[in-house]
Amino acid sequence: MKLSKLCRKVSFCLLLCALALGTCAMPVHSAGKIKIVTATSDLAALAQEVGGDRIDVESIAKGYQDPHFVEAKPSYLLKLRQADLLIVVGLQLEIGWLPPLITQSGNGRIQVGGSGYLDASQFAEILEKPTGEVTRAQGDVHPYGNPHYWLDPENGRRVAKGIADKLGELRSSDATYFNQNFESFSQRLTEASKKWLAEMEPYRGRKVITYHRSWPNFLKYFGLVTMGEIEPRPGIPPTPSHTLELINMMKRENVKVILVEPYFDPKTPQSIARETGAQAVVMPPSVGGEKEITDYFKLFDYDLALLVKAFQATK
Amino acid sequence: MKKILLSFCILFFVPAIPHAQTSSEESEARLKALEERVRALEAEVRELRVQQLTAVPSASPQIPNLSLATYSVETEKASGSAVALNAPGTGGTGDPLDPVPTTFSAQAPDTAAVQPQGQQLPNYGGASAASKILNPDISMIGDFIGAIGQANVPPALVAVGKNPVPALQMHESELGLQAIIDPYARGDFFLTFGESGVDLEEGYITFTTLPGGFVARVGKFRGDFGKVNTLHNHVLPWIDRPLVNDRLLAGEDGIDDAGLSVTRILPAPKGIFLEGTAQAFRGDSGDVFTSSKRGDVSVLGHLRGYRDITDQTNVDLGISYARGHNDLGSTFLTDLYGIDATLRWTPLRRTIYHNFVGRGEFIWSRRDQFPFAQRAFGFFTSGDYRLNRRWTMGGRFDRSGRARTANLIDNGFSGVLTYWPSEFSQVRGQYRFTHFAEGRDGNELLFQFIFVLGAHGAHPF
Repeated sequence: MKLSKLCRKVSFCLLLCALALGTCAMPVHSAGKIKIVTATSDLAALAQEVGGDRIDVESIAKGYQDPHFVEAKPSYLLKLRQADLLIVVGLQLEIGWLPPLITQSGNGRIQVGGSGYLDASQFAEILEKPTGEVTRAQGDVHPYGNPHYWLDPENGRRVAKGIADKLGELRSSDATYFNQNFESFSQRLTEASKKWLAEMEPYRGRKVITYHRSWPNFLKYFGLVTMGEIEPRPGIPPTPSHTLELINMMKRENVKVILVEPYFDPKTPQSIARETGAQAVVMPPSVGGEKEITDYFKLFDYDLALLVKAFQATK
Repeated sequence: MKKILLSFCILFFVPAIPHAQTSSEESEARLKALEERVRALEAEVRELRVQQLTAVPSASPQIPNLSLATYSVETEKASGSAVALNAPGTGGTGDPLDPVPTTFSAQAPDTAAVQPQGQQLPNYGGASAASKILNPDISMIGDFIGAIGQANVPPALVAVGKNPVPALQMHESELGLQAIIDPYARGDFFLTFGESGVDLEEGYITFTTLPGGFVARVGKFRGDFGKVNTLHNHVLPWIDRPLVNDRLLAGEDGIDDAGLSVTRILPAPKGIFLEGTAQAFRGDSGDVFTSSKRGDVSVLGHLRGYRDITDQTNVDLGISYARGHNDLGSTFLTDLYGIDATLRWTPLRRTIYHNFVGRGEFIWSRRDQFPFAQRAFGFFTSGDYRLNRRWTMGGRFDRSGRARTANLIDNGFSGVLTYWPSEFSQVRGQYRFTHFAEGRDGNELLFQFIFVLGAHGAHPF
């Protein structure tokens, strides 16, 4: 009696294991292309630049989505479990959703520290590293610095180089190919940057405010000055008193442009714009933020066109 | 006794023996030499201080002067006491006096005065700061619950420990310790401090790099029976747990036991996520399973299917089965069957402002007992809608039989309103109506404060 019960239990477990094992023989990934999953669309765009047709890349977060708040949907696990390489933004940007996905993926390669795990922040110039005491009284601060570093083309170049090196490491036979792609990307980026800087030259030193602190790298690169954020602290929704202070400051300092990420409610920025005669510009900080932003170059083309228009309109 | 006394005396006097051997003149000369040495060292330190202060440009030139003055006064005071204190300890050893303790004690107030000016001070915390690098992520979550109104819980339920919520209660404090253990595994611990003591809610190792896509867990953890059973209190969309979890699944504790778990993503048609989980436990889970002897293990199986209907909408279905021995003895079994369904809608461009989650769980219990087995059924359905960045409202309908007396069926419904000052704190109110099988009605207003300290990791979807 006892034995039969035990047998039943064991056979139940075995049944489930067999069910699971049944597919073990399935190839984890095809031999052809390197399968890459990135946390955000910008990293996917950079990986595409250097990986060319020898990679398959997919991003978890969409370009129009707030990368801080992505739901850890199981459908992402289907991508992650087959990935050869996972590229993350790092600096705790994905802390709220990525770690459980990595754990549940059942993919040893992409675990933190594994051969297929790449934290792109190691290559980039990071701004706003907090000094002194860091507490949540400052809001949802990123203790390792601002994670929106891809909005500086030079960081884009550095990250692309990092990805090219990593791809070369994963598949040494294609290392030259990845490197050539990087060189070509780097060259195109140099030319594009010249054009972008020339476009922005007349507006150097112009003051703006932003909804969230997503833009320090971008503003620094193009010589713009940030005067504050609509969020009183990172991650804290706008409050009437802070909004009033902003309006007064904007009038005093003649700030005429407000940058709003597409995933924030435009109501407060619009009402501030009405009060101050400024323009609220919904500016995507990521590739894929709008349909026409299909690669890293178009992201800057699109955003700078919006900015130039706004600066011209508020001269 | 004599021996003890003798050894005590030896121990006591041994350090004094060198002193006894040296003459009093010698020791006096030595003390003088030491005093001079201390003075010389002090002068040296003072000089170094001045050099340091002049080297670092200061915003306010008065501060260094002031602090220097404080310093010299303090050292004058301290030098005497330092020598007086240190002389007996160091006397006779001939070791040079370590300047650090002297200057450190003398500097204590000075340090505070200088530090805000950005002075470079010796990094006393260096070693401990470095040791923090490999510490696990530590978090503490407070869960405070209060209640007003009439609970009217029938005596039959109170007798089995289903007490009404007290007026005010620091319900639970959850300490979380989470870290990557090595390249092959990670570890998670959740200790809960309740009113009656400490409990290890979960503590397990997860092997993340097993071949064949398997993920294994070993330790104590919440069983994968449905959805609500897997959730910690602070991530529930309500203050309480649904009636069906309380009546059929051991309530707040739930199926939470020491055991092993294996999970794997299973092959499925494109776009469908299918995952199978098999778990074996010791067989002790609240009032659901009781292990009377070593062989009374309980088992649990869970199959989960998930599909994105659109980018914004997805559906999550699960079936669960658990089997174990109950408190009547090894020959009495309890079988549990469950179906869970979750529908989520989240507009990707407005993730932080709006979403909807509809949930439902249906649980059947079959419990061997005298004179015949009890077959109870219960379910809940709920919906939660996020109104804006800070407010969420929701409702829940409950109905459940009782595991031991299946014909006694309790019903209830709840309305919930939640406010988030930030991601790290939450205030919630819940109106709960319960109609007990005995004919009594409970009308309660529950309220809850949840607050998160530290780096609490993300929870599974």
